[in-house]
Amino acid sequence: MTVVLEQIFNGFQLGFVYALIALGYTMVYGIIRLINFAHGDVFMVGAFLGVFGYTSWRLPFPLAILVSMVMCAVLGVTIERAAYRPLRYAPRIAALISAIGVSLFLEYFCSLKFVFGPNYRVVDRPFAVTSFRVAGANVSNIQVIVAVVVVVLLALLQYMLFHTKIGKAMRAVSQDHDAARLMGINVDNVISATFAIGSALAAAGGVLYAVAYPQIWPFLGIMPGLKAFTAAVLGGIGIVPGAFLGALIMGQVDVLSAAFISSQFRDAVGFSILILVLLVRPTGLLGSRQPEKV
Amino acid sequence: MVFPAAAAAFYVVVRALTGAGLINDYWRLILDQSLIIAVASLGLSLIYGFCGQFSLGHAAFYGLGAYTAGLIGKLYGHGNLAWFAASLVAGALVAGFVALLVGLPILRLRSDYLGIATLGFGIIVKVLMDNSNKLIPATGGATGMTGTPRVADFTWIFITTVLVILLVRNFVYSRYGRAWVAIREDEVAADAMGANTTLYKTLAFVLGCGLAGLAGGLYAHRYPFVHPSSFDFLKSIDFLIVVVLGGLGSFTGTVATAIGWVFLLEGLRGVLGQAFVDWRGVVYALILVVTIILRPRGLLGGREWSALVPRVLAVPVGKGERRGGTGS
Amino acid sequence: MKRGTAVVWALLLVASLVLTSGCAKKPAEQPGAQQPQEKIIKIGMIAPLTGDVKTFGESTKNGFLLALEETGNQVAGYKIEPVMGDDRNDPTEAVNVATKLCTQDKVKAIVGSVASKCSIPVSEVCEANKVVQISPTSTNPRVTVDLGRRKTYVFRACFIDPFQGKVGAKFALDTLKAKTAAVLFDQGNDYVIGLANFFKDAFTAGGGKIVAWEAYTKDDADFSAVLTKIAQKKPDILYLPDYYNKVSLIGKQAREKGIKATFMGGDGWDSSELDFATMEGGYFTNHYSAEDPRPEVKAWVDKYQKKYGSTPDALATLAYDATKLLLKAIENAGPDDSTKIRDAMQKLQMDTVSGKISFDENGDPIKPAVILQVSGGKQKYIATVTP
Repeated sequence: MTVVLEQIFNGFQLGFVYALIALGYTMVYGIIRLINFAHGDVFMVGAFLGVFGYTSWRLPFPLAILVSMVMCAVLGVTIERAAYRPLRYAPRIAALISAIGVSLFLEYFCSLKFVFGPNYRVVDRPFAVTSFRVAGANVSNIQVIVAVVVVVLLALLQYMLFHTKIGKAMRAVSQDHDAARLMGINVDNVISATFAIGSALAAAGGVLYAVAYPQIWPFLGIMPGLKAFTAAVLGGIGIVPGAFLGALIMGQVDVLSAAFISSQFRDAVGFSILILVLLVRPTGLLGSRQPEKV
Repeated sequence: MVFPAAAAAFYVVVRALTGAGLINDYWRLILDQSLIIAVASLGLSLIYGFCGQFSLGHAAFYGLGAYTAGLIGKLYGHGNLAWFAASLVAGALVAGFVALLVGLPILRLRSDYLGIATLGFGIIVKVLMDNSNKLIPATGGATGMTGTPRVADFTWIFITTVLVILLVRNFVYSRYGRAWVAIREDEVAADAMGANTTLYKTLAFVLGCGLAGLAGGLYAHRYPFVHPSSFDFLKSIDFLIVVVLGGLGSFTGTVATAIGWVFLLEGLRGVLGQAFVDWRGVVYALILVVTIILRPRGLLGGREWSALVPRVLAVPVGKGERRGGTGS
Repeated sequence: MKRGTAVVWALLLVASLVLTSGCAKKPAEQPGAQQPQEKIIKIGMIAPLTGDVKTFGESTKNGFLLALEETGNQVAGYKIEPVMGDDRNDPTEAVNVATKLCTQDKVKAIVGSVASKCSIPVSEVCEANKVVQISPTSTNPRVTVDLGRRKTYVFRACFIDPFQGKVGAKFALDTLKAKTAAVLFDQGNDYVIGLANFFKDAFTAGGGKIVAWEAYTKDDADFSAVLTKIAQKKPDILYLPDYYNKVSLIGKQAREKGIKATFMGGDGWDSSELDFATMEGGYFTNHYSAEDPRPEVKAWVDKYQKKYGSTPDALATLAYDATKLLLKAIENAGPDDSTKIRDAMQKLQMDTVSGKISFDENGDPIKPAVILQVSGGKQKYIATVTP
């Protein structure tokens, strides 16, 4: 029984990490209906900057996270200005292709020698890992830190969306760009703000990811990005709590199917479950079935 | 008549240049690869470009075709051309049949949800390919499959491509094609007009995946090695890039872009040279972003090369506009 | 419509330009060949110089270039012109670039590629074009012998999977007195699968028991599920036959999960970027020991250190050895005829960094393996095993 419990804790750790990335994914999607493929790569840049922050630049760890978040927010806004804004009124798929291009660019550019270099770097953690026992199962302080950070970020995000002016503007823009503009909302600024926040979240996720799984390299973001995107869709893309829920489920499915079914067929099991869930709930777990417009 | 003449002329020119030693093995290989990619991309063009069904798992069907045809070629064919033709058909049929089984349930999903479901399916197929040697040792599982006779030469690949282009054209300009475009533009309206949307969507999906399977069979008989990593998620993205850059709802755009895309990737080797070989990925990514920003509706933006438009439809509709969808 | 047609024509024009530029290179070669004062031999190298395992390609390139530099870029009176090819660790691109090197650049020999999934298709191209290939690091037996057919132009500088797996298993059983082992492998990487399978076979054949057999995929960073499973089984050995980067990550999480087993692995561990603190006490099979007093080893490590500022990893060392072997064969046979180079290669006997090498009838090297231990932040020599 303790084994099952410990595996569930493992699943939570992975799920919380996915959630960090999925939150940014789903925010951007909610506002401009764009699958931002480059999100996983912003996550990677965030991981690198954060690790450089507390190792090379000798910043205290929380400050390193903050610096990384700010720099990635700038990166996110720059990407939006350069690669997505020109396509605002183009078909949705054009922006997606642009996002794929940005993603490839970040990966290949960062693996050049004078940028981050192609090698795998072992990350020195800013603090020692200790584990303690909960009901007989091992829990590490990293698991606790990741969980706390995610829950705090989620709460902040929800507060911002529903209790601040910018949040209200975001919700308005996500419903109807043109109507929002008519109400005097500066849509461009709102979108930029969304990218800034989403990228900052990705950066925070990246740093925590690097601490939890202490190795970074320029292609780090592909798989977590893909899984997090899947999680966001599973929960109902565009819905913040949905991304969180989807990520937790993805984490559990990944861990439990590797642990109790077969590690070799883990991804097959995971994605089969995903497809089945979608067949039952075609717009994700928390997604409401939109009335079909005629 | 322009198209068959142009195709025949192209074939003769390529053969003549090859015979004169002006096109070496390398560029012939790249030309063959570009045609194979064109056939597979035409499949996705039907599914996404015309029918509007977002698929992120196209490489899985390409891979299914490659493995099916490759296995038949390896175990029974041994270079026999009849077996080769049969294996191509088998590859297309298997891919199409799997598409039918998968498509019937998941085509109910819309837009990005369909995308993620097909992506998931692609990953499942990749996992099965990695472990396929437990069931069929000849596939080699994650170590890849060798031993397929390399009988697909330029003639075979070119003829297949031309036939596929004609097939796609005929479908696109039939009532099926019109139904697909209607579904892409507005599924609810198409349904209300009495189109059996499930039937048409499934047809596009099965046909498109079948073409991917056919292309896979050609690949397995042209390249000496079939490996699961050649059919992963990133390969599906490549097909998507080709179809979107070509312009949704333009099959000539798809063909032109597929060929141009392969030549671009290979051409970058020569253009960048030894010193900047690291930059290949960076330059490719930049070209991708710049191209889509300059031409957000794709290079052909939903138009077609007039030689391939049936004469009846070639009469201008409205103010110089032609049918074939807007590519939104 | 006009604009659309224009775009098509532009595309065709670009394609044909690229085509002709590719073809135009050929006549350019001939004047060079006619001028006798500088005779040129082209040697190709194929490695993943871009993409997610770029770092492996960089190491290979470093070893290759250092070997050429050592000879002053000369062999048998010819100037060596290296031709770099990038395969992005993708089998299709590997075929493309190998065909380019063989038929357009007309190289006499190719060093490469890194992964077996690229070297196997490359070997088919080389065999068909009669170009000598030596892969530095591809361990899958099918690189040189496939479906009962020896590809006569193809060689390699590394062990094949069966050998290292067996050596590791034997060491675990006889020296470490292990009874149980757990194996954790990347199910999409044939190098890793190969080692894992042969370790399993040899370990069970010798009376040991495999208590856990678990897979992961190449982009995984979280191994908690399988490691929790393995921790329950309390194995004596945890066999991790992957590259240094993955085993560092797995090792760290394994210790955090309370796994006390001794880590073991293969030559993929050999890198200064291995996480030495985590892997402390682990054993791995390798081609040479940096502590080895032989002059070849010392010269190599010093030279690499001087040029690139780090200790060479297994990939760089093997690329260096492979290139040296090839150059020696070219020197013996003369640079003109690749069939002669092949024959010279087959007969070669040479002292390299990884020991005295000769080739068996399959083109695989006969050379000893060493067993090293990660100890105090260094690799400590433990034993030498001859096949």
